[in-house]
Amino acid sequence: MEFIPQILFLIALTAAVLFFVKNVKRLRRNILLGKDVDRKDKKDIRFKKMMRVALGQSKMVKRPIAGILHIIVYVGFVIINIEVLEIIIDGIAGTHRVFSFLGPVYSFLIGSFEILAFLVLVSVIVFWIRRNMLNIKRFLSKELKGWPKNDANYILYFEVVLMLLFLTMNAADYQLQQNAYEGYVEAGAYPISSFIVPLFENMSNASLVILERSAWWAHILGIFIFLNYLYYSKHLHILLAFPNVYFSNIENQGKFKNLESVTNEVKLMMDPNADPFAEPENEGEEEVPEKFGASDATDLNWFQLLSAYTCTECGRCTSECPANQTGKKLSPRKIMMDTRDRLEEIGDNLNKNKGEFKDDGKQLLDDYISREELWACTTCNACVEACPIGIDPLSIIMDMRQYLVMEQSAAPAELNNAMTNIENNAAPWPYNQQDRLKWAEEGV
Amino acid sequence: MSEQIKVPTMAQYMAEGKKPEVLFWVGCAGSFDDRAKKITKAFVKLLHKAGVDFAVLGTEESCTGDPAKRAGNEFLFQMQAMTNIEVMNAYEIKKVVTTCPHCFNTIKNEYPELGGNYQVMHHTQFLKSLLNEGRLKVEGGKYKGKRITFHDPCYLGRANGEYEAPRDLLRKLEVELIEMKSCKSKGLCCGAGGAQMFKDAEKGDKEVNIHRTEQALETKPEVVAAGCPFCNTMMSDGVKNKEKEDTIEVLDVAEMIANAEEL
Repeated sequence: MEFIPQILFLIALTAAVLFFVKNVKRLRRNILLGKDVDRKDKKDIRFKKMMRVALGQSKMVKRPIAGILHIIVYVGFVIINIEVLEIIIDGIAGTHRVFSFLGPVYSFLIGSFEILAFLVLVSVIVFWIRRNMLNIKRFLSKELKGWPKNDANYILYFEVVLMLLFLTMNAADYQLQQNAYEGYVEAGAYPISSFIVPLFENMSNASLVILERSAWWAHILGIFIFLNYLYYSKHLHILLAFPNVYFSNIENQGKFKNLESVTNEVKLMMDPNADPFAEPENEGEEEVPEKFGASDATDLNWFQLLSAYTCTECGRCTSECPANQTGKKLSPRKIMMDTRDRLEEIGDNLNKNKGEFKDDGKQLLDDYISREELWACTTCNACVEACPIGIDPLSIIMDMRQYLVMEQSAAPAELNNAMTNIENNAAPWPYNQQDRLKWAEEGV
Repeated sequence: MSEQIKVPTMAQYMAEGKKPEVLFWVGCAGSFDDRAKKITKAFVKLLHKAGVDFAVLGTEESCTGDPAKRAGNEFLFQMQAMTNIEVMNAYEIKKVVTTCPHCFNTIKNEYPELGGNYQVMHHTQFLKSLLNEGRLKVEGGKYKGKRITFHDPCYLGRANGEYEAPRDLLRKLEVELIEMKSCKSKGLCCGAGGAQMFKDAEKGDKEVNIHRTEQALETKPEVVAAGCPFCNTMMSDGVKNKEKEDTIEVLDVAEMIANAEEL
């Protein structure tokens, strides 16, 4: 009988880990549906950027209020997880506060966890107020209606409950320690939960044990559930922010990638020695030319897809976007959210059809992202600059524009005029190339 | 100025068996747009004054392909790029300076992979280097003590991380430099980039250039300084829209230096 809690704990732990592994596999498979892109070079630069931007949160503090609150929650989350390690060992081994032999170090650790837990609690409440009561524009956008808004609030509620359970557990434990109840050795320091203790003053030891155990179990089960909620939530960023920053663009933001397939064709066209009537190589097999640009999520590269899962919908990109600020439909955040939603839909399709995609008559373009949104972009890079974790919504907009222009010839008419001019007279306006030096002839 | 400044072409230099110190890439706006031509001329005056041995491509210059690429026409972009690279490589160009941040960005970042490797400078960077080398002197003058705000071009600032060169030049003019609330890495676009210059804006509640102009006007400037011919047009239109064109000038940093020196 005495092993029952341990067995139950092992079952819960195994279930949580297995389910999490299943989700990670699915995540990985979906991301790898994307096209290849080389983001594995310059490892030292990438690593340093990850340390600075992801671990060091350097871009978060560009907005000081949200940034500092976020750092508190983030540091709290990382450090309090040391306590989770003890909880897991206790759960498996049937021990109680297995690290308590550390003495003063243990007291310091538990004391710090408590203070952090309190700060996290305060920050999370401020986050909730900002999100739900202060009418901050980036939290009111259309794309946040419904699930994204609920998701954000669920995460905050989860964190409040977890912190309260942690403190309740400690308070009951502390009272039991003071009562010198068997099994509760005196260990730890309780700078915060000691304020809760008076609430439990008149409780019997038996009730206190029930309270302590309930809080302990609810806390760890809550963490297991939260871990597995991540995949369905915008909260995946707590894990993916690190690889996303690592693999993010490290070149000048103004450098847009050159399409290699186009380069080869253009080179051939401009090569005076090329035989225009030459038979294509690999005779016989009709080579399907690679599609230019992107009309669906799987036409994007794996980094863009990773970013779609990484985006935590903070909306800093959208609030910096000149098109969005002036009332256009474009919202870089929505571009990322749409990409993820479509990718999930493709993933579900694969799951249902034994790994084979069955045409569903839908695509990212038009069904999720409209042309109006794509053409409103000024390519100013404000969204890219604003993202605290290296997401590049602009690259997706560009890939989709390429599809529209090169596969569909569907550019707005005025742009077609400008492009025809460039083709005919080497300038976007209808001026003769022979007049390029007229300004000098007019006299300087 | 009575003396006519000669603008030599690469072809002329080649015929004489000479090579210039730097190629001045004029760009489409700088060649054809009446407002932008003034910037081109102001910059040429400064090059002349500093004794820079420069040349232009003239009729051999083509659009860099920036608007085509950003509109999604990679094919047209690369056709343009390769044509330009062929011309520049034939002249063995090593160093390029341009008054257009879009040309600057494209030649600097997107040409190398296509075989065009040059040292590329924005004209504000080049002017700053002339100053540092003592070839050009800029101090005070007409704009001393005036309230000036600088509008960062996206393709100079965020795209390439250059925020200080134009500001350093303005400081040399001893202006009172006042920053807009969104400046440098948070600078708001003028609305022209990404080929928007050549099309109508999508439906919204305001034009981007009006929004940006409002931010500029908040600083109560006497001059809005710019570093891009397209920003210049957008901001000039914005100032006109606000009926402030009689009191507020929109000028390129190069024009301001040339004016200050009364060139």
